[in-house]
Amino acid sequence: MSNYTDELVDFDVALEKYDPVLGFEVHVELNTKTKMFSDAPNAFGDAPNTNVTPVDLGLPGVLPVVNKTAVEYSILIGLALNCKIAERCGFARKNYFYPDTPKNFQTSQYDDPIAYDGWIDIELEDGEIFRVEIERAHMEEDAGKLTHMGGSTGRIQGADYSLVDYNRSGVPLVEIVTKTIEGAGKRAPELAKAYVAAIREIVKNLGVSDAKMERGNVRCDANVSLMLKGADKFGTRTETKNVNSLRAVEHAVHFEIERHAAVLDSGAKIVQETRHWHEDTRSTTSGRPKSDADDYRYFPEPDLVPIVTTAEWVEELRSRLPEPPADRRKRLKADWGYADKEFRDVVNAGVLDEIEATIAAGTSAAVARKWWMGEIARLAKAADKEIADLGVTPATIVELNSLITSKKINDKIARQVLEFVVDGEGTPNEIVEKRSLAVVNDDDALGKAVDEAMAAMPDVVEKIKGGKMQAIGALMGPVMKATRGQADAGRVREIVIEKLGL
Amino acid sequence: MVNNSVSDLIRLSATALSAKLRAGDVTSVQAVQAHLDRIAEVDGALNAFLHVNAEEALAVAAEVDAIRAAGGAEAEALHPLAGVPIAIKDLIVTKGQPTTAASKMLEGWMSPYDATVIEKIRAAKLPMLGKTNLDEFAMGSSTEHSAYGVTRNPWNLNRIPGGSGGGSAAAVASFEAPLALGTDTGGSIRQPGAVTGTVGVKPTYGGVSRYGAIAMASSLDQIGPVSRTVLDSAYLQELIGGHDPKDSTSLPKALEGLVAAAEAGATGDLKGLRIGVVKELQGEGYQAGVQARFEESLELLKGAGAEIVEVSCPNLKYALGAYYLIMPSEVSSNLAKFDGVRFGKRVLPESGPMTIERVMGSTRAAGFGDEVKRRIILGTYALSAGYYDAYYGSAQKVRTLIQRDFAAAFEQADVLVSPTAPTVAFELGENDNDPLAMYLNDVATIPANLAGIPGITVPGGLSEDLPVGIQFLAPAFEDARVYRAGAALEALLEKSWGHTLISQAPAIDSASIAPKA
Repeated sequence: MSNYTDELVDFDVALEKYDPVLGFEVHVELNTKTKMFSDAPNAFGDAPNTNVTPVDLGLPGVLPVVNKTAVEYSILIGLALNCKIAERCGFARKNYFYPDTPKNFQTSQYDDPIAYDGWIDIELEDGEIFRVEIERAHMEEDAGKLTHMGGSTGRIQGADYSLVDYNRSGVPLVEIVTKTIEGAGKRAPELAKAYVAAIREIVKNLGVSDAKMERGNVRCDANVSLMLKGADKFGTRTETKNVNSLRAVEHAVHFEIERHAAVLDSGAKIVQETRHWHEDTRSTTSGRPKSDADDYRYFPEPDLVPIVTTAEWVEELRSRLPEPPADRRKRLKADWGYADKEFRDVVNAGVLDEIEATIAAGTSAAVARKWWMGEIARLAKAADKEIADLGVTPATIVELNSLITSKKINDKIARQVLEFVVDGEGTPNEIVEKRSLAVVNDDDALGKAVDEAMAAMPDVVEKIKGGKMQAIGALMGPVMKATRGQADAGRVREIVIEKLGL
Repeated sequence: MVNNSVSDLIRLSATALSAKLRAGDVTSVQAVQAHLDRIAEVDGALNAFLHVNAEEALAVAAEVDAIRAAGGAEAEALHPLAGVPIAIKDLIVTKGQPTTAASKMLEGWMSPYDATVIEKIRAAKLPMLGKTNLDEFAMGSSTEHSAYGVTRNPWNLNRIPGGSGGGSAAAVASFEAPLALGTDTGGSIRQPGAVTGTVGVKPTYGGVSRYGAIAMASSLDQIGPVSRTVLDSAYLQELIGGHDPKDSTSLPKALEGLVAAAEAGATGDLKGLRIGVVKELQGEGYQAGVQARFEESLELLKGAGAEIVEVSCPNLKYALGAYYLIMPSEVSSNLAKFDGVRFGKRVLPESGPMTIERVMGSTRAAGFGDEVKRRIILGTYALSAGYYDAYYGSAQKVRTLIQRDFAAAFEQADVLVSPTAPTVAFELGENDNDPLAMYLNDVATIPANLAGIPGITVPGGLSEDLPVGIQFLAPAFEDARVYRAGAALEALLEKSWGHTLISQAPAIDSASIAPKA
């Protein structure tokens, strides 16, 4: 009987027959200064094998020492996920031979995680709340990074040789494991995406992780199985590893549901295995067989002593918890008075913090939204950058806005000033000064320009006199030209009317 | 004495040599050179050293001499043992000198860092003579399992020097070095001490940092001193001990008062000290000569005012079994890092595909000796799913029971006493085909490792012209007690003999080595 099929069953058809059951293991890399068990820097992007000590290389004779900050961050994550915090817990060794693991065992928590039995409410797009129960959040260390050279797939099979970078080896990780999630039905892919987004948001909000999925700060393993509707036993699951974007999590769950349905419909069995996610084809392929009997020969790490968490310590950490992101959103939406869609767009654009700071600095909610969701978003799109990386700060917007309200510049010039800010020319005030962009509303200068324009266009003047007030527009061109576009259009109009005695 | 002959200098204890150095009677360079000469003279027969580092040792000695000659605050601040040479068990990593663990796996490997104890020895300016032989990765009781040849017992070149620290013990017993460092996982300092007529101490677990000692069994390993007198070991343990932020299992506070305890013990006054004779660590299984020396020691201790009580630790009968589950389990994991990927030996498969698994496999097949492989296999099995509870789990329960037995015994006695090893040194090759007989050598020393408590061995006399060791054990953190009791017995025995035991060791004559059968 074949275990493999290229066939898929249409998603909606699959869900008429089967109920999906999900489970997630999300690895969060902590942004501590040093690694989990050594004082090597925990930094991304440095030259290979530079952020290593003898401990990270697993040299003979070395011993681990637990990073206390990493423990505190782990407790913070546990508390934010409504978990219980273990009064006493320890590390174990997970033994397996692989060259990205310098000791050939990973030091990880096993049967006594630091946080357990929690939950998190996930808000779906239409506002429905879905509660996901958390089994545990435990501490462990990251492995090094292997790069397979030669061959076409970039995978170890078929490679000529592999390079290993131990900079990541020993980076502190917290693995968050859900209980099995039932009842999501056809919303399973959406829930998957929303769950990982929520975890990412929580750890970012706690400040314990950089939370950049593209850098692997947050990595998701998605477990999917199908059971016939009405059945009382779970089906066999597959685990799609290292799905590293929110969209990919959604697609991977969607794909696996369609694939499982096809396999089951054909009468074959799902093989319990890991699956690799391919972004290009939006599909998964078979990884290695995984059974519950995988034997890692866990035993308590004898080089470390147990971690004891006193009630005082945990409460002190609890007092440091920031407002949960979901609560904050509810509060901000009410405060700002945005419509549902407006607010959702702001959230999706990831500029909640920026708008909040801009409003706090004195602009109205409407003005803040106009800038961040309008011109700034446009510039970011044009530059193919994240809004946050554009170099525009809430202070920029406050400055621009006060230049406009004090009539020093008009809207059009303000947009130009913003572009110069993005180009790194300085603050709006500096740019207006340096480029002499202030609006000309000096009546003498404007009066002179108006006189010249009227002298040059007697026919237009006649039309205006005749009551065709819209003809004033024809004078605007020469006036703007004479003032290099900096004339206050309203004032020009007033001067024309005054001069003609109308 | 103006001219110190080589034979005089090398026979001095570390403390006595230190006094002469400080008095200006000899220089450290002279002392180091005398020991280097001795090594050149006898180590061909003994093979106690895997690596001799004359240049560095002489340079450190010259530095100490220069500081002493200059006088002033810097000379005053020198450690008492400054300038006294020391040998290092080759399980402890040293920058600038090879570290092999007596394994082919680490042939040619140079550590880029120093163990914490080595940093302390460098800071105190003890010239390091070199690295001593051991059973590969410290696995054995005879030093026959070294990949670089056996070490011979200075008392009888056809006998084992004990193990795993046979090199350190033989070096100290043969006057190649006054001091050495050892490591003790199940008796690897104390049993070689016993069979070579030297002193060795396993401190309380955590008393000395393990950072830089190549791990055999992490929950049992402990670095400790090897010397010819109890006082010398006390000085050395005070030097190397103390909290180390790099070792999470090291004690928060240094164990103090060891030298003072050794000095107090040397008065031979034991009034008020309760000494417990452990019923299960004597008698059956112990050679008659060993038992006789043990009983003589008890009489002397009693005569010095000690109260001798009998205590029972019924669970000690499970100690060897528990040890041979816990130790190999940790070994199987600790030695996984030796795979040819990052450091040390790499052996490519002779044929077939060149995959990482096969490179790791052929490296480990070629790099490890039989005893190491035996223990890795045992440990891998013991930790396997389905066997863990029965083996590793129940062994840990035994460990708790043994700790309770000792706690109860220490309510009746201040220190416990036993023979250190059940037999005198056996012949080289005698237990080649009987690993279990080999393991039995550690029956009296293993319990201290399982319980984490300190133990000392002191020379207790001769049987069949070979040394017998007497062991004292004390509760955790009470290392001072084993120094006091050990120094007292040492003084009492030397008084009764009229000489030290080590002075009776025969001259080393390579002609006495029996040809291989």
